[in-house]
Amino acid sequence: MKERYYGRTVARFVLYTVLLAGSLVFLLPLAWMISTALKPIEQTMSMPPTWIPYRYFAEIDGRRMPVKKGETITEPSYVIYDSLLARRFVVPQSQVREGKLIRHDISGEIEEIPVRILEEIPASAQNPWVRVFPEKRISGREAKDQWWVVPVARLTRKVAPRWENFINAIRAMKYFPLYLKNTLILCFLTVIGTVFSSSLAAYGFSRIQWRGRNKVFLVALATMMIPFPVVMVPIYCMFRWLGWIGTLRPLWVGSFFAGAFNVFLLRQFFMTIPKDLSDAARIDGCSELRIYWQIMLPLCRPALMVVALFQFMFTWNDFLGPLIYLTDQKTFTLALGLQFFQSQHGGTEWHYLMAASTLVTLPIIVLFFFTQKTFIEGISMTGLKG
Amino acid sequence: MTRREWRNLGIGLAFISPWIIGFLAFTLYPALASIYYSFCDYDVFSRPVWVGLLNYRDMFTDKVFWKSLYNTFYYTIFSLPLCLVVSLLIAVMLNQQIKARPVFRTVYFLPSLVPMVASAMIWLWILNGKYGILNYLLGLLGIQGPDWLADEKWTKPSLILMSVWGVGGSMVIYLAALQDVPRELYESAVIDGASAWQKFFHITIPMISPVIYFNLIMGIIGALQVFAQPYIMFGGGGPNRSALFYAVYLYQNAFDYYEMGFASAMAWVLFIIIFFLTWVATKTTRRHIYYAGE
Repeated sequence: MKERYYGRTVARFVLYTVLLAGSLVFLLPLAWMISTALKPIEQTMSMPPTWIPYRYFAEIDGRRMPVKKGETITEPSYVIYDSLLARRFVVPQSQVREGKLIRHDISGEIEEIPVRILEEIPASAQNPWVRVFPEKRISGREAKDQWWVVPVARLTRKVAPRWENFINAIRAMKYFPLYLKNTLILCFLTVIGTVFSSSLAAYGFSRIQWRGRNKVFLVALATMMIPFPVVMVPIYCMFRWLGWIGTLRPLWVGSFFAGAFNVFLLRQFFMTIPKDLSDAARIDGCSELRIYWQIMLPLCRPALMVVALFQFMFTWNDFLGPLIYLTDQKTFTLALGLQFFQSQHGGTEWHYLMAASTLVTLPIIVLFFFTQKTFIEGISMTGLKG
Repeated sequence: MTRREWRNLGIGLAFISPWIIGFLAFTLYPALASIYYSFCDYDVFSRPVWVGLLNYRDMFTDKVFWKSLYNTFYYTIFSLPLCLVVSLLIAVMLNQQIKARPVFRTVYFLPSLVPMVASAMIWLWILNGKYGILNYLLGLLGIQGPDWLADEKWTKPSLILMSVWGVGGSMVIYLAALQDVPRELYESAVIDGASAWQKFFHITIPMISPVIYFNLIMGIIGALQVFAQPYIMFGGGGPNRSALFYAVYLYQNAFDYYEMGFASAMAWVLFIIIFFLTWVATKTTRRHIYYAGE
């Protein structure tokens, strides 16, 4: 008995450990996105990576000043002044002999450049120094002159998330407000369109007895099998013929014509509502449209919520549709705008890219937290009824 | 038919009319047109010209087509079983009597909510060869991580890894099914002396088999059409076209090269592949699926 008890405790321990470890793995990408979004650019590229955005301060000319970290110096070095280039450099002491900088030039020949030693840096692996730049440029001094060398140990730091990254990312994306506006317009129209058209069709497929209904419904189900690429080209040509390419119309008009999947979901739900309700209304002389509007829709609010929510998510996330139909940056949606921004600024401004990604992701996550129950039920419903 | 029946037919059709119009305009006509285009040379700007089987012949001799098909199968073969198993595993763990189940469920579900474009951005950054955090973490374990996005051997594994991150949806479906399995089944199995493994394989799996089947079919359809992430992350197909997937190549033919006929032919081949695999999956699993209603 005792052994069994221990066995169970161990099993519980393993279970929680695995679940927690898994949670960390699943959350890490999101945490990394937010962490990067709040960092200054030089910290996005620091190795080892830091999770928390810092602001560093150095004592310069007796004043504590916010600085950006540059490269670390781990061997005894000099700050030298090259009068030819009129610039200061940091070079290892081993490269300077008798006031001359000795180095290989481009062709590999040894070159001796007379330089002036400005400062001695007693750095070592144990006592590293670091080059620092002012966080904000100091006016009146030349850009290339704005740096100092200080011991790493003398740097102080404070946690400082760069909220301004979000503003800067929005500015860098240029048409961000338009992207947002377009996305919201599309979300609004497609949600309205889907909810009304699919509930109407679902009503026709479930609450009215008519000849051939089941056969037609089978056809509707069969259309779910057809992958989008099959119809993609002719639909594109059709919208092109209508002159709608480059407008938002191709992206919302379709939603007013009841997609099979949503019709199916709602029909399953409509069938669970007792027949007597509508029969009683019919005897009272209610028209079908009124039964649909005043009895069915209010009763089926949870299912309609699911359909609305999924449609909102779909429109918000959709990438292929906007990619095909939208040609002008000003009509882009957020998803497409984000991709466009990345393709333009590829691979450097990771802090802005992550800030923009956070802005695109956050509304969905917030929406999820407010509608969690509907959400989970909806997904379970698609699986169980499918 | 009586008057009443006629009337009902009229009302019924009126109610489903949005669907009928949608079906004609966005499914039936496009499907027929795309069959026709697939036998044509068509660039949108001029009228389609009948070329017979040329597109299909070109396709089967096109090395890039085969590469994209290979990449897509490679991705599907690894990603699909991996996602099915991982999401089932998480669901089974969450179905135990644990504390804070809703919290765990939310955590595992959250990634599947992230818009595809944003998740592509996140992973571009995580898998970055120079500053990527994944290689840093691997480094802590003493593993020298590959250059995920630039090495043609690792582009597909990168995307497979990403797909596992997004298993939240099917996990929730599994979890709902698991919670519907009647408790008494397990209780009587315990009385009969069944072990945990036996309970899992002889009760849990059969009882949730319809949902496994559903996730399998959805997985096949989804994996074979994977588009947004590879397109965003690898644009034209990545190093040596190692991340050029079927749907991406199809898109390129249609909207970069304006080879609408060729693209339509590719779409129909895709349809046949999906149809065939779904049919095979249905045939091979049918005997093992348990429907409570039957």
